[in-house]
Amino acid sequence: MGRVTVKEERCKGCGYCIEACSSANLYLDRDKRNKSGYSVASFKDDEQCSGCALCAEVCPDVALEVYR
Amino acid sequence: MSAIAEKKVFSTPQVLKDNVYHFCPGCHHGLVHRLAAEALDDYNLATSAVGVIGVGCGVFLYDYLAIDCCEAPHGRAPAVAAGIKRTNPGAFVFTYQGDGDLAAIGTSEIIHAANRGEQITVIFVNNSVYGMTGGQMAPTTLPGQKTTTTPAGRSPLNDGHPVNMAEIIAILPGTAYSARVSCHNLKGIRTARKAMHRAFQAQVEKRGFALIELLSACPTNWRMTPQQSLQRMEDEMIPAYPLGTYKDF
Amino acid sequence: MAEKQLMQGNVAVAKGAIDAGCRYYFGYPITPQNDIPEYLSAALPAVGGVFVQAESELASINMVLGASAAGGLAMTSSSGPGISLMQEGLSYLAGSELPAVVVNITRSGPGLGGIAPTQGDYNQATKGGGHGDYRLIVLAPNSVQEMYDLAGEAFRLSYSYRNPAMILADAILGQMKEPVQLSIPVDPPGEGSWVLSGAKNRKPRLVKSLFLKDGEMTVHNLKLKEKYDQLKAKEVKVEVDCPPNCSLVLVSFGSCSRIVRTAVDRARKRGYPVGLVRPITLYPFPEAAVREAAENADRVLVVEMNTGQMVDDVKLACGNPGNVSFKGYPGGSVPTPEEIEAEIYGILEGGLQACQQ
Repeated sequence: MGRVTVKEERCKGCGYCIEACSSANLYLDRDKRNKSGYSVASFKDDEQCSGCALCAEVCPDVALEVYR
Repeated sequence: MSAIAEKKVFSTPQVLKDNVYHFCPGCHHGLVHRLAAEALDDYNLATSAVGVIGVGCGVFLYDYLAIDCCEAPHGRAPAVAAGIKRTNPGAFVFTYQGDGDLAAIGTSEIIHAANRGEQITVIFVNNSVYGMTGGQMAPTTLPGQKTTTTPAGRSPLNDGHPVNMAEIIAILPGTAYSARVSCHNLKGIRTARKAMHRAFQAQVEKRGFALIELLSACPTNWRMTPQQSLQRMEDEMIPAYPLGTYKDF
Repeated sequence: MAEKQLMQGNVAVAKGAIDAGCRYYFGYPITPQNDIPEYLSAALPAVGGVFVQAESELASINMVLGASAAGGLAMTSSSGPGISLMQEGLSYLAGSELPAVVVNITRSGPGLGGIAPTQGDYNQATKGGGHGDYRLIVLAPNSVQEMYDLAGEAFRLSYSYRNPAMILADAILGQMKEPVQLSIPVDPPGEGSWVLSGAKNRKPRLVKSLFLKDGEMTVHNLKLKEKYDQLKAKEVKVEVDCPPNCSLVLVSFGSCSRIVRTAVDRARKRGYPVGLVRPITLYPFPEAAVREAAENADRVLVVEMNTGQMVDDVKLACGNPGNVSFKGYPGGSVPTPEEIEAEIYGILEGGLQACQQ
């Protein structure tokens, strides 16, 4: 089982991580905006995350950290 | 949390600072910075590295990597890097250049640095457009691609053709390593990480000049969403800029 | 005491650089300065230094920038068209506060021009040439001995003030041979506070000239100005030889000042109290010395091998610019002492009679 933390101020909401996640554990939270005004990626902890870290690998903003 | 100790499986490279990137959403510069940072960490080069930064969106690299850095005039980074490396052969010297910097104004410097076999590593970000100046045609702009200076699309008759630098650099005898990789998907990024390491290794082992060309997205100046940009890279950029290792020591 | 040698000017400036601790040279061939890279291509490796023939002057000056950023005492040399290509790099060196020495053995111009001696690059050297609000330290030797000595002085000034310095000379000074008293060579200086060597046991360093944040550029420009003010206050070099009751003071620099010197000596033998002011630093310009000499003379005559460049600085320095005459010899037309004598007598007597006696 895995867990992803989002460094919200780094995230720009490009969505690359969401497409990379095979278990649909990441989503763009339209209600949450960081100081720069971007909607940020959020982690849905439903115990489906395998901790594969593919999301972090494709993140251009180094905004994700993955634990397993 | 489970009783078994949780392990961090993906963390930020040590040499990467906490500063938030100034890049636009979906831009791959940040990813390329990270790949360079990983290679610096893995080869333990943070305390001997000198980064030479060309003019373009990558110019603020020193805000993101905790290493010594030197700005170079537009296109001249390989000459500046050669001066640094010749003066301090113990330093790990790399340049970070965009397509306008390396493949237009700086063609003379890049060709001759490679031809002399300068012991430097060149990180070349090819996103087929001038980013920092606002989306003008780059030497790497594809035929038909609309930019602010090719409003009807690049016409090879009037504007010339895209330049394939990784192939050109590979044929020079001073080159130890030349490869083109892409940031558009996971497989591409994993190949890019290996290539980045190889380009660093070339200098560490004093094999000669090394260049890694990274195909990258510029959603802002392509007037696309980040997702459309990734698709464009796959459909249009990679056919024009074939991925591969063109020279390996 | 080190030895005395008969040397060519171009070799003397190169030897002077090595004896001042220069170990890095990057350059591109151009007449009439090729003796400099040719000499250094053997002499630098012999002292553990580095010589690279670059693909262009653009590359040369940027290799110098890199070497300087990495802590090397570095130089390049060129002539007219090549110096024009280096202006971008000179601006970056000044903006990044890096030391470097550039030798300009001038060609006549504009364009490809000719290779005969000229002083047509005075304005380019002293008024910028590159973009932005900077100054170049400019030294003008007038002998082979000074080609040697001022090479060392250029490195000292450039390193102390962290600003590029130029030696402005021409084919006369580059090609002629004279005896040179050598100095005892000094070692390159220790590592400067800016040197990029890898951030080991210290914070990362940054060599840059980009200042985008509000007010940053102004602060940087004023910091540079403070250095230029210090240069003006402390580093002016000038040779002044004015007799009492001086009726005419001539102002001339470089090779031309040698010819003017002969004319002045001859005029004095004929009883004319004429003086000579020879700026050695063209930047900082010896304003005070020129002003004082002009105030103590009836008239001023500026002689240059161009159509009139330093004369503007002389007029600015003088209290009464109306007293300043100019005689120029552009395009490689080197004057004879007799021609300058004729100018002197013409001004003093309104005619050429004295010269024709």
